[in-house]
Amino acid sequence: MTARKSVVVTGVGATTPLGGDAPSFWDGMLAGRSGVRMLTEDWAEALPVRFAARIAVEPSELLKPVEIRRLDRSAQFALIAAREAWKDAGFEGKFADPTRLGVMVGSGIGGVTTLLDAYDNLLAKGPRAVGPRTVPMLMPNSPAAYVGLEFDARAGVHAPVSACATGAEAVGHAIEMIRSGRADVVLAGGTEAAIHPLPIAAFANMMAMSKRNDEPERASRPYDVGRDGFVLGEGSGILVLESAEHAAARGARVYAEAAGVGFSADSHDIAQPEPDGRGVAEALANALADADLSPADVKHLNAHATSTPRGDIAEVLAFTKVLGSAAEDVAISATKSMHGHLLGGTGAIESVATVLALHHRQAPPTINIDELDPEITLDIVRDKPRALPEGQIAALNDSFGFGGHNVVVAFRSV
Amino acid sequence: MALTQDEILADLADIVEEVAGVDKEEVQLDKSFTGDLDVDSLTMVEVVVAAEEKFGVKIPDDAVKDLSTVGDAVSYIEKNQAA
Repeated sequence: MTARKSVVVTGVGATTPLGGDAPSFWDGMLAGRSGVRMLTEDWAEALPVRFAARIAVEPSELLKPVEIRRLDRSAQFALIAAREAWKDAGFEGKFADPTRLGVMVGSGIGGVTTLLDAYDNLLAKGPRAVGPRTVPMLMPNSPAAYVGLEFDARAGVHAPVSACATGAEAVGHAIEMIRSGRADVVLAGGTEAAIHPLPIAAFANMMAMSKRNDEPERASRPYDVGRDGFVLGEGSGILVLESAEHAAARGARVYAEAAGVGFSADSHDIAQPEPDGRGVAEALANALADADLSPADVKHLNAHATSTPRGDIAEVLAFTKVLGSAAEDVAISATKSMHGHLLGGTGAIESVATVLALHHRQAPPTINIDELDPEITLDIVRDKPRALPEGQIAALNDSFGFGGHNVVVAFRSV
Repeated sequence: MALTQDEILADLADIVEEVAGVDKEEVQLDKSFTGDLDVDSLTMVEVVVAAEEKFGVKIPDDAVKDLSTVGDAVSYIEKNQAA
């Protein structure tokens, strides 16, 4: 029996509310900045939630007008992040052997602004005004397809969809795609561009969003006693995952090992998490087993922690259940406190954050905790970054999505 | 007042530049949409819809397939524009 292929991270890219590339995203987190702002559009006035975490650098500053015209905003974000990750990994132009390059990029909702704008056009001007590119723009695999076209990926272009677990799920499937031998390199991640009155109204009516309109920068406050829901963000994160063998052969810089992934499904409710955290615990245990980690190896968790009253607690309970007393030695960061919740993009930018935390040996902070919820007894990194220990350590990124999807990605320092 | 051929060409070139990302200087009467300007079938639909709006003409799908060069499109618009 041959040994399983190791997978490593050799490039990262991100376009986020804290910065238009991965280094500025990282710097923004270390500084403990909030990317959340009041929405200035007229349509925001009637909404119960009038703030969001808009992207820091508009795609029109980076892409050609024809790319802006042809790509849904979610695909624009993915293309920007993918170009950065590709260059960061040391690649130039297209891949040498396209049949060995894959793409795994999803989004939670797909091209929702394209769809709704096209519908507005249909109602206002009739069917002739519905653009012929509407379908290729709104389909949820569009970001993956455009990333694949950009770099000539022919090993397989896939678009996992699992609501807010999408980005992490993509990273997990990319690890498996490389292990299976189907590709040497996979561009993996997620993207979302859903800041529009319809999704905001719908999420707000689920009672899932913070309504702290008088204090938007302080609205995303995981683990704080006053947390009242998530804050919608937008953006994309893309990682270049590569077989360790392929990376070594070309002398690539390695950020971390993508050590493994754990999946599970709650099979409980379409929107509510299973209250005992059973599914989350199963995914955590699966990730540790898949990555061959013991609880004591784990020194950092980039938590899902969306700032909802029940979700934050359930996640921490599951974490304690699986890691036992080792959970107390884990530096936990809830970075959504700064960049908001990017839905299908969130697991991807948080995987970028987790990889950079291992690379720089620093856990980013959690901001906006005025009073820690007494039910949270673990070690939350608050307000300032924290140094992570030397030696070989592991870090986890977990993500959960409506539908009961649970994904935990494990990274190991190199 | 009817537009001249040069005026139609200039406006059409603006449309092709915006829709297809082709430099408007490239949009000349003898250029083929698919062969020279890389305007594929979806992009051609976008050009046609924008041209209909700009010039106030109807360009039915049956007519579109005969518009292989920029000159064909300019002539069609010139003949069919609102007086």
